[in-house]
Formats: sequence, C-alpha cells, structure tokens
Amino acid sequence: MGHGMWASCFLVIALAILNIGAVAIDQTQQTERISGSAGDVLEDDPIGRLKVFVYELPSKYNKKILQKDSRCLTHMFAAEIFMHRFLLSSPVRTLNPEEADWFYTPVYSTCDLTPNGLPLPFKSPRMIRSAIQLISSRWPYWNRTEGADHFFVVPHDFAACFHYQEEKAIERGILPLLQRATLVQTFGQRNHVCLKEGSIIIPPYAPPQKMQAHLIPPDTPRSIFVYFRGLFYDVGNDPEGGYYARGARASVWENFKDNPLFDISTEHPTTYYEDMQRAVFCLCPLGWAPWSPRLVEGVVFGCIPVIIADDIVLPFADAIPWDEIGVFVAEEDVPRLDTILTSIPQEVVLRKQRLLANPSMKQAMLFPQPGQPGDAFHQILNGLARKLPHDSSTYLRPGERVLDWNAGPVGDLKPW
Amino acid sequence: MKPSALKQQYSSVRRGFGGGLRGGGGGDAISPPHGGRVAAAAMAESPFAFVRSSPASAFFLLIHGVCCLVSLVVGFRFSRLIFFLLFSNPYSHLHSSDGLRLRSSVASSLDSPPMPPLSELSDFSGTVSNGAVKGVGSRVVVGRHGIRIRPWPHPNQEEVMRAHLILRRVQQEQRAQYGVKNPRRIIAVTPTYVRTFQTLHLTGVMHSLMLVPYDVTWIVVEAGGATTDETAALIDRSGLEVIHVPFHADMPVEWAERHRMEGRMRVHGLRIIRERKLDGLVVFLDDSNMHSTELFDEIQSVKWAGALSVGILTHSGCSGSSCTDEQEIRKMDPSMPIQGPACNSSGAFVGLHTFSALPYAGASATYVGDHGIIVPMNLEWSGFVLNARLLWKDAEDRPDSINDLDSVMENEEEVDSPLSLFKDMSFIEPVGNCGKKVSLWWLRTEARTDSQFPPRWTVDSPLEITVPAKRTPWPEVKRHSKSGRTPRSRRNSHKRKREAP
Repeated sequence: MGHGMWASCFLVIALAILNIGAVAIDQTQQTERISGSAGDVLEDDPIGRLKVFVYELPSKYNKKILQKDSRCLTHMFAAEIFMHRFLLSSPVRTLNPEEADWFYTPVYSTCDLTPNGLPLPFKSPRMIRSAIQLISSRWPYWNRTEGADHFFVVPHDFAACFHYQEEKAIERGILPLLQRATLVQTFGQRNHVCLKEGSIIIPPYAPPQKMQAHLIPPDTPRSIFVYFRGLFYDVGNDPEGGYYARGARASVWENFKDNPLFDISTEHPTTYYEDMQRAVFCLCPLGWAPWSPRLVEGVVFGCIPVIIADDIVLPFADAIPWDEIGVFVAEEDVPRLDTILTSIPQEVVLRKQRLLANPSMKQAMLFPQPGQPGDAFHQILNGLARKLPHDSSTYLRPGERVLDWNAGPVGDLKPW
Repeated sequence: MKPSALKQQYSSVRRGFGGGLRGGGGGDAISPPHGGRVAAAAMAESPFAFVRSSPASAFFLLIHGVCCLVSLVVGFRFSRLIFFLLFSNPYSHLHSSDGLRLRSSVASSLDSPPMPPLSELSDFSGTVSNGAVKGVGSRVVVGRHGIRIRPWPHPNQEEVMRAHLILRRVQQEQRAQYGVKNPRRIIAVTPTYVRTFQTLHLTGVMHSLMLVPYDVTWIVVEAGGATTDETAALIDRSGLEVIHVPFHADMPVEWAERHRMEGRMRVHGLRIIRERKLDGLVVFLDDSNMHSTELFDEIQSVKWAGALSVGILTHSGCSGSSCTDEQEIRKMDPSMPIQGPACNSSGAFVGLHTFSALPYAGASATYVGDHGIIVPMNLEWSGFVLNARLLWKDAEDRPDSINDLDSVMENEEEVDSPLSLFKDMSFIEPVGNCGKKVSLWWLRTEARTDSQFPPRWTVDSPLEITVPAKRTPWPEVKRHSKSGRTPRSRRNSHKRKREAP
C-alpha cells in the first residue's frame, strides 16, 4: 500500500514536471497555441459535426440586390454574401432538410447602399419579415421551432436592431421575429439590447487579397510605438464632439496629438497596411458602433490591438482569449493611455506578439474565397456546432406559438 | 441629432420613470457617472413634462417652485443641482475631482440633455420583446459625453524611456526570429593615417560599426611608423573592441603607390588575425568608403569567401567648367561602374565584374590632392569577405582552394590583389542576391597632402584674423574682421591656416 502511494506520487510529480517542460518549450518557439474559454477550439473542423440546410429563396432577396450594387462585395458588411456562397459549396451543406441541424436563410439585408457606400437599414426589417413569411409558408421547419434552429447573418452596425443611430436602434430592439433565432453579427456590447444571448460575433469583412498584397518582410523593425489613422471628430454628424465614439476618439486626439510616441492622424496614406506592420500598438477605438475593422487589420499585421470600447464583445470570444492578445483600455482611462501602454512589461508585449503571430489566429479573422481551414467561416460553423445538440426548448409543441408576428413599429409590417 | 435627442428625451420621460441623468445645471458640466442607477431626481429643464399626475412629478414640481422662490429672494439662479447632489448615489461624482477638465462645449448640452441610462431603456424595450434579456445596469450610456483632457499635456520622460526600451526589445526579438541565426563576429580591417580628411572618413566607418548589431572587432592599421594620439582619441570614442597597430612605413603621395601600400597594410591586419586566432568574418572597411548597415546582415551568409558589389563613385576634386574631362567620360557612359560578382541566368557564380580604368586613362589623378579623377585599382579589397578560419595556420575543415597563406603572407610585397590569396575563384560565393544589391560604395576624396587642420579639430585660440589660404578653390572673401571682435565675425571667420610651405 505504501509503495503504491509512493509510486503514484512520484508519477504525479513526474507528469507535472514534464508538463512544465512542455509549456517551457512552447514559449521559446515563435508562436503560442491559442485556447479560449471553450478550450483549444480554434482549429476544430466543423465538417461532420453539423449539417446546414440552405433555403432556396427567390433571387430578389439575394442575387438581384447584389446585381444592383456590386460594392456590397467589398465593403465591411460583405460577410453575409460570402457566407452564403461558402455554405452553398461546403461539405456541411445538406440537401435534405430532415437531417439538418441548422437552417440558413440567405437574405442580403445590408446591401442597400447610399451613394457614399453606407448601408441603409430602413427596408431590412421588412425584407427579413418577408423572407420569414416565405420560409414559414413553404417549409414546415420554421413553424416547428419558430426559428430556434435557424441562423441569420446580420453584419450591420447594430445587428438586428436595424438602425445606424444607437438611440433609435435601442428603441427598436431586435426584430421580434428573430427573437428565437441565432444571430451571426459583428456588433457586440455587453448588456446591450442589440446583443442577444447566444449570438455569434464575427469580425467585419476585410479583403484578404488586398492585405496579403501589402505584406512587408517580417524583419523590418517595428519602430512606431502607437499607430492610428482615422477620424477623431465626425464633422458631418457631430461637429462639436462628444457623441461620436462617446468622446473617446476626440480625447485621444486632444491628449496625444503632440506626443512623439503616437503616430495618429486623419490622413489616408497609401502605405496604411505597411505602416501597421511597423507599429507595436494599433489603436482600435469605437466609432458610431463599438466594432472596427482595425481589429482584423491589427491581427493580420501583427500589431497589438488597443481596444477602447467599454463592454465590447469581440469576435469568437469563446475561442480566442482576447484578454491575453489585446490591450483593453476603459474610455475613462484614455487620458492615461500613454502611461498604460508604457507600463506593460516587455515580456507581456512579446507574448502578445507571439500569440498574434499564430497563423490560425490570423486565419480566423479572415473571409478568404474559397474558404480555407480555420478561417472565419469555419469558426462560425464551429460556434454553431458548439451549440448543438439543441435543447428541449427549441422544439415547440404543435400549435404552440411564441412569436408575435404583429409586434414592432407599424412601418415594419408593410410587405416588401 | 439634437432635436431628435430631445424628442427621445421627452418620449422616454413620458413613459413614466423618474430616474435619470442630469445633463448640466447652472453651466457646469459633468460627465455621466458610473456605477449603477442614479437615485436622484431632477430631469428635464422644462417643467411641462411633469404635467402627468404621478407622485414623482408632483414632488419635482414642488422642488421647482421652491427653487424659483429662492432664486427670487437671492437674486441669482438657484440650481436644482444642489438637490441632485444631495440625494444622488455617493458613487456618482463629478469628474473634476480627478483633476480633469472637460471641454466647455459640453456646457451646451443644456440644449440637448443626454439620454437616460441604458438600463432604463432596456426595461422599456422589454415590453416589446417578451422574455428578452434585462439590462443589469450597464455602465455604458448613449448620448453626449465629455471629452476628457488631462491638464498636463506633455509626456512623462520616464514613460518615453520605457516606450523606447519596449521598442528596442521588440526589435531585438524580431532580429532573433527573422534575422540571421547564429551571427558571427565581424572583424573589420581598416588602414588609415593621419591627414585632414581622416576624421571625416574614420568617423563614418566608426559609426557604421557602432550600428552593427553583432560583435565587432576593429583592427586599425596606421601608417607612419607609430600609433598616434589623434587616431587613438578618435577610435576610443567608439566603445568598440579595437586593435590599433602601427605600420612601419609612411603613406606615399602617389595614388598607385598608395593603393599598393594599403594592400600591404591590410595583409598586416590579416597577419594579426592569424596570430591571435580571431574567429569571425573579415571585412575590409576602407576608411573612405561608405557602408550601409544591410552590408553586415548580408555577409553573414558567407561560408568561406564571398564577393559583394561595390559601387564605384569616381570623381575629381574639381567643379565648374574646368572639368571637361570628367564630363566627357560621363557622357560616354553615365552609369555607375560596379565591381562585383557576376552570375549567369541560373544564378551560378561565373566571374567577377571589375572596374575598367581605360576610359579614365588620360584624366586620372596621380598625386593625392591632384586635380584629376581618382580611380580605384583593378580589384578593390573592400568587395571581398573572408572567413577568419581561412587565415589560421592549421584549420581543419578549410577548403583546398585557398593558397597556402603562409607563403603569401611572408612575401607581403607581392600581395596587390585579394585574388592572390586564392588558388582559383570557383568557390567564391556571391553575396547580396548575386551582386544585385549594392551595399557599399567606394569613394576617394582627399585634401592636398600639405593641407593643415587644427589638431583634434579643436580650435584653441579664438579666431581673430583671417589669413587667405593659398591655392584653395574658394574665392577670397574680403572681411573686416581685423577691426572688431564681434561675435558675428568670429563665427564667420575662416579656419585659421598656417602659411603653406
């Protein structure tokens, strides 16, 4: 008995030492494995873990809209279009809806663009409502669950609240018909109306080929401490400042415009991507919405993102441990941004760069066409797969009705 | 934006909840407080929103009346803010207590008070979406916020220093990962002697070596028989590991002789490497050449011997219309001559491209300081890099193509080209993308042999009298400095020169 105890103790200690050794070996390498709160799931393969059925909607919901304006393929909301195309040719797609775990409705709700290229969300509620009416009348699967096993891609500013002004979006709330569905969206802020529990947060679309084309040799020394290019005051909509970005961007400008460590300006240089690769920290402050494509650019170019947006929920937060990768600064701490950034220990900075250098991290932020293993499409499918199996509240009893089809502003009830 | 915010304001008040946020009262501005619900009262500026019959609105109407009466008595506007402060949550505080000042533009928020906190609104929207998530008192508020500016705008010196240390560590890590693995020591051999342009040239070489991120040993061979204090003072400032040795002869005045002498001085440097068994890469840094830092990264790939591209910048000391020779040669072939390795189309090293002195035959300078185009020898030493082990007496894994260096170096009189060290050129490795990258330039500029300069370039006595120097190319400038010693004239005075012999 005593010998057995000693042997097991020895075994435990030996294993512990070996594990420590394994961790140490990892740290001397160039990159580090990324594992978030859901475990080491970044490189999971969704194929075989779920089946998705894609509804065949008339082309007025998708193709015709795209034909009207092809800018939808390159702006930051293009994820909805590429997700549709990816699913059509993916192995997870099934043509038999009886065996499907998830149902996808391809509606391009963010493709009605102003001349400047910004999407107008005013018709989107009606578009989605009309699509749901279609699928609920033609197929029985919507009524079976009232959408609890359906997912929609809504990459707009405030997702399914369908408005670009935050106050109006909050007032509208999430579209009533989507109350039970899973939303795949870019917007994420804790305790906010427009973030439903169980939503999958995705990064905004950034063109992968364009970014690949601007890569510079990795031994170019990083000599810029903090880098940012963008607006500080939105002169058109908020000339005095204070509304735009909750005053955070204006605060950054006023406090650090003369600081030599901060390379910040409103210019649009042609060397924007190259400059990011020469910087150690890249600011990603909120704008009119908390999310920003700078996060994607920072991750792809190895620049540590400094996220200035209170209560933000970042993409794939259960798969990627953002706390260890980026630096989070509260909006009230912006005047002390230089103190915060310079007091980060050097080893922590190096570790963050190692995590960013992990190729699976960069791949998870991108939407390449055609899809590649580990990219954002696969992360979305992984997220959907992690929500399986559906629990008992998903399936309704026959005749049970939960959604109120007449809820919402009167304007939304008009047919599209 | 503003009118709609006002409307929102009223519509939400109409929904009948009393909590909320005070936009600004009496002209002072506050930013929305953090932490939980605000227990206090005092909402919209205009009282007609409180027409609803509810106890809260009646109470506020009462407060408003009291304040009006007090204002009448006191004579100035008595702000309801006092009540807000009295009854508010102790955690909601004015940010001015932190020593931050807010932009005065926020005071204009009296026109459009900010929205009530999010938590209130999520309650309201909860009626629309049954069973939706109730906001648990979000700290983030929609609406106009103050722009926080700290009072002391300048950066803290310590923080700037820390930032630079972070940058340095990041770059060090980058070099370790993407740069050269296992970098070898650089052994630089420089022949030099004391003359006017020595400080100019040697400082350039010194700074190039100080920037090299690898270990450096610098062998300075000085002509003239003994090491001088001039040179020693100059190179000691570098902080590098320096081996400063004398060479037993004086530097000749004629260019051809000088080239040969420099070759002998370099071989002397190689002998030192051999004696001390220094290990690393031997580079010939002539003191008048210009080197880029990429040179030292490129040559780390050399195994035994390498050839790199040298840009030859031929020029003469003359300027203006009298330099017809140079201009004619330039017209014939305006491209810059380069000495370096030549490769065939598949990238294999086939030979060396050298400088041809034929076009310069008539116009080249013969004496140092001459008016003529200074041309290099046929093959410049600086275009070659050697592994120091080649020079050792008994290195084990040396390739056989090296000449027996013992005999070569004993007989130093005949070493006039670096190729005499090699039996054949077949194993020379081309460096810098087969010579396509030029990372050093050959350029000889020298003053006349008899030109003088103040020792250590320090002018001891104040400059009072300007003596025109003979035979300088600059035109004589008449100065009135003999009269007064104004600081202006002192600054503008020419260098004091002793009369030419």
